[in-house]
Amino acid sequence: MKQTLKRILGSIPVLIGVILLIFLMLRIIPGDAVAVLLGDHVSQDTIDRLTAAMGLDKPMWQQFINYIVGLLQGDFGISYTYGTSVSEMILTAFPYTVKLTLMAIVFAWVIGLVSGIVSAINQNNLLDRLFMGLSLMGVSMPVFMTALFLQYILAFRLGWFSLTSDGSIPSMILPAIALGWNSAGSIARMTRSSLIEVMQADYIDIAKSTGLSNRAVIVGHALKNAMLPVITMMALQLSSMLSGAVITESIFAIPGIGRLATTAISNRDMPVLQGTVIFTTIIVIAGNLLADLLYSVLDPRIRKGK
Amino acid sequence: MENENNILEIRGLQSYFFTEKGVVPAVDGLNLDIPKGKIVGLVGESGCGKSMTARSIMGLLKYPGKIAGGSILFDNRELVGCRNRELRKLCGDDLSMIFQEPMTSLNPVLKVGRQVRGALLTHNRSLSKEEAKRQVIEMFDRVGIPAPEKRYDCYPHELSGGMRQRVMIAMAMICKPKLLIADEPTTALDVTIEAQILRLMKALQQETGMSILIITHNMGVVAEICDYVYVMYAGQIMEQAETFELFDHTAHPYTQGLLASIPRIGANPERLHTIPGVVPNLLHLPQGCTFCNRCAYATEACRQSRSELQSVNGSHLVRCFRREQREEDAV
Repeated sequence: MKQTLKRILGSIPVLIGVILLIFLMLRIIPGDAVAVLLGDHVSQDTIDRLTAAMGLDKPMWQQFINYIVGLLQGDFGISYTYGTSVSEMILTAFPYTVKLTLMAIVFAWVIGLVSGIVSAINQNNLLDRLFMGLSLMGVSMPVFMTALFLQYILAFRLGWFSLTSDGSIPSMILPAIALGWNSAGSIARMTRSSLIEVMQADYIDIAKSTGLSNRAVIVGHALKNAMLPVITMMALQLSSMLSGAVITESIFAIPGIGRLATTAISNRDMPVLQGTVIFTTIIVIAGNLLADLLYSVLDPRIRKGK
Repeated sequence: MENENNILEIRGLQSYFFTEKGVVPAVDGLNLDIPKGKIVGLVGESGCGKSMTARSIMGLLKYPGKIAGGSILFDNRELVGCRNRELRKLCGDDLSMIFQEPMTSLNPVLKVGRQVRGALLTHNRSLSKEEAKRQVIEMFDRVGIPAPEKRYDCYPHELSGGMRQRVMIAMAMICKPKLLIADEPTTALDVTIEAQILRLMKALQQETGMSILIITHNMGVVAEICDYVYVMYAGQIMEQAETFELFDHTAHPYTQGLLASIPRIGANPERLHTIPGVVPNLLHLPQGCTFCNRCAYATEACRQSRSELQSVNGSHLVRCFRREQREEDAV
């Protein structure tokens, strides 16, 4: 319990650092929100007034402090483009991203684990080759390519799925597969090699020598050990999953966080961009924390003092 | 079974590794008997095929190893070629095994009590979990684990090497096997613990009347508890005899080398005796005696052909031409 609390507190400095970094970076990149908002042919007076209204005339440290104070109250600022609260925009978009990512994660974990285990058991068989080929495809193709490829074949050519998604679960299946394939591939490969390695261990022979069936040995003894590296990887993939979601959402026109961010980039809508990036960061940090905690549940050697 | 007093009879066992470079005869035509209620030692250097023999009996040969021929009769049942499932039914029940390395022989993520209980429940499905736990704790107590109730819920990394090996013994003993195979059970332990573990195994053997096959490279272990000894070299038995006979009338130069390698208190040689050379590459075995390259007495005949196992004195057999020469000398 104490350990858990320590971990949670330990992630706070990381979060502050990330916020500072994002804040600075967004101010270094070229592009002026005011200019984008007003377009050409406006007087310097108008520009100055808007700049002041948006608080952009203040020194950067003051802007940062104002921003942090707002963040602590759950206020991500006001969108330059739409004039609405960024927090509200994120909360409206977030459920779509959650749905997409969760579906992709479920796809990746179930397909990845099952095909990894099946491959490990049928090492070098036809089934193993097939799964490893498919997973290699997933690992080596960038998400946008997988998405376009699936969209073209399954939606456009075969018409099994709709081209775009309206946010309903069935219409999200194709985007989820596109997003999850990559992770499914690496999970499958990791599970396979990890399980094959664990199956060589002495305690597996011992378990067999006590008369346990193959299935009992794999389920009862090997899997828990083999899962340790896989779980770390699964958590690390959460972040790549979220960045993949940005692309997938754009391709399938899903109104999630990712699309919010891409639109914000083209509009130079700093508060929205900042908000989405920080929000995603929090989720990734939480995901890694969860994996750490799960890891110590699975591996008693990591647990220290109950 | 040729002899009803035997629990295990191995005849002409050939366990080969089928590698890309060729066939490696790790065990080549092995005959071995284990009488009921006796402790039999199988001695030899690393890589001589001892562990392969044990794994062949347990059906645990690792790819690309395979039993290429021969027969293993255990309690009137043929183990070679018997389906995995049938062999598994025997394993852990009538036939169990202790491995060399207590550090890696227990699953690091499962409580030791649960691992032992698993072995028990596999063969006694009607047993309730509470009853099984009670029996495991009782067995922990019998193998000398202090505070067995507390140890039941320990993970392997919380126990010392000696304790882990006791857990392994408890796991092997929990179903009251007829034959226990111990593959270098004390090699990874320090000498005081080694003596304790050997004493424990002997006591358990006398209590239950089971047979034990001890695989070791340590002649001291053999002297301590074995009734009968097989000396193995490059996949073949070189000499076999009752323990006292072997120590008193050592016939094979290899066995003599092994015995001479034991340091003795009192004797104060400059260097420890060693057998020159190493075990030959099994892929390129000499045509003659497999030991001829390291043998001080090797003759042209030894390099040309191999001797059969022949009796020196009753059940004392040796695979060496020198035996015949010595008999001729005696005449």
